[in-house]
Amino acid sequence: MRLLTHNMLSSNIKGVTNGFPLLIEAEKVLEKPVDFNPDFLRNMFPKIDWKALVGAAKAVGYGELPDAADSAMLDSDDFLRHLHHALLQLHLEEGALVCPETGRRFPVNKGIPNMLLHEDEV
Amino acid sequence: MSRPEIQAPPEIFYNDEEARKYTSSSRIIDIQAKLSERALELLSLPNDGVPRLLLDIGCGSGLSGETLSENGHQWIGLDISESMLNVALEREVEGDLMLGDMGQGLGIRPGVIDGAISISAVQWLCNADKSSHEPRLRLKAFFGSLYRCLARGARAVFQVYPESLAQRELILGFAMRAGFAGGVVVDYPHSTKMRKEYLVLTCGPPSLSTATPKAKGEDEESCSEDESSGDGENQTVCISDRHRPRKKQRITKKGKGREWVLKKKEQLRKKGNAVPADTKYTARKRKARF
Ligand SMILES: C[S@@+](CC[C@H](N)C(=O)[O-])C[C@H]1O[C@@H](n2cnc3c(N)ncnc32)[C@H](O)[C@@H]1O
Repeated sequence: MRLLTHNMLSSNIKGVTNGFPLLIEAEKVLEKPVDFNPDFLRNMFPKIDWKALVGAAKAVGYGELPDAADSAMLDSDDFLRHLHHALLQLHLEEGALVCPETGRRFPVNKGIPNMLLHEDEV
Repeated sequence: MSRPEIQAPPEIFYNDEEARKYTSSSRIIDIQAKLSERALELLSLPNDGVPRLLLDIGCGSGLSGETLSENGHQWIGLDISESMLNVALEREVEGDLMLGDMGQGLGIRPGVIDGAISISAVQWLCNADKSSHEPRLRLKAFFGSLYRCLARGARAVFQVYPESLAQRELILGFAMRAGFAGGVVVDYPHSTKMRKEYLVLTCGPPSLSTATPKAKGEDEESCSEDESSGDGENQTVCISDRHRPRKKQRITKKGKGREWVLKKKEQLRKKGNAVPADTKYTARKRKARF
């Protein structure tokens, strides 16, 4: 699972009002090369929750993102490269996502988060 | 053979053996690719060459998602069958995968998704596979959460195999109640074999863009007459070429190819990074369609 996806996921447990962002427990992180596409990044940028992305990147050991970002930065190739790497090339391979409100752990195995809810969570 | 939906719950029906069988049938691969191409066409994303972030609901082993990748898009796939997702991993699909049950609702932030497809999956929601399952509640949870996570004006296109007219109405009814506008597109309605149904749903108030697109093969009567003879391939001949989508402009010109990926992975490895091993699937040539 890439941080792009992490940035979109939120805890879906019944009664949870603030399930975003899921905290990351990283046991194994992989990098996989992806074609660099600035158009995608520019289009995606307004939808990204920046603070959550910076936190997630740090949780998987990547500290190259600035703490705050605005759309003017999208003109910088350097910034775009870092964003590209953080969003698309880093994979949480083993570990867990943790609901910020309830502490419920969603395990991640072979890069796949198990988001299935128990019956009493639906 | 009876419909898979009534044989067992999806996570049981699509076990290791079935998942492998499903994904090694060239007939199925071909059919799912065609259905996905059509669904993507019906999504009518802006024709600006920008890759979008899409959802593939009931993504299975990634056959539908591969069509999205081939057209340059990023996608997130959700499926309830671990076996199907394992095959998707083996095939090194480019989208992200999630184990989840659409009937529990999608845990995705509001307004962030540019479009959703679902190929041959949503009819599963109409079954009560557990005593705790209430199909109406599950349909409601699914469509409500889908509506919220889509960007305004974004579309969701589902190719479905409803069991009956009533089931199709049930699904559509819940989509409308969630706020979607849209309707059903039936391609080749006169043909029992080629007939395919798509729910085309738009997020947001009705407007020009929410008008239901035109179906294919609606007025080609010769199709229904040819139906009894020949196989599916021959029957498509009478569908004139003007109905075929122009070859889609590929967004990532050609991709950089296997060599580039292998080299890049080697570089990352040398830098001491954790990089997955190379297999025959790594950056394999995607089959060009049409
Ligand atoms: C016929 S397969 C289609 C897979 C893929 N879309 C394709 O085109 O090849 C149907 C898929 O829907 C999945 N499915 C059924 N019910 C589901 C549910 N409630 N939540 C998520 N996935 C589900 C099944 O596990 C199965 O992988």
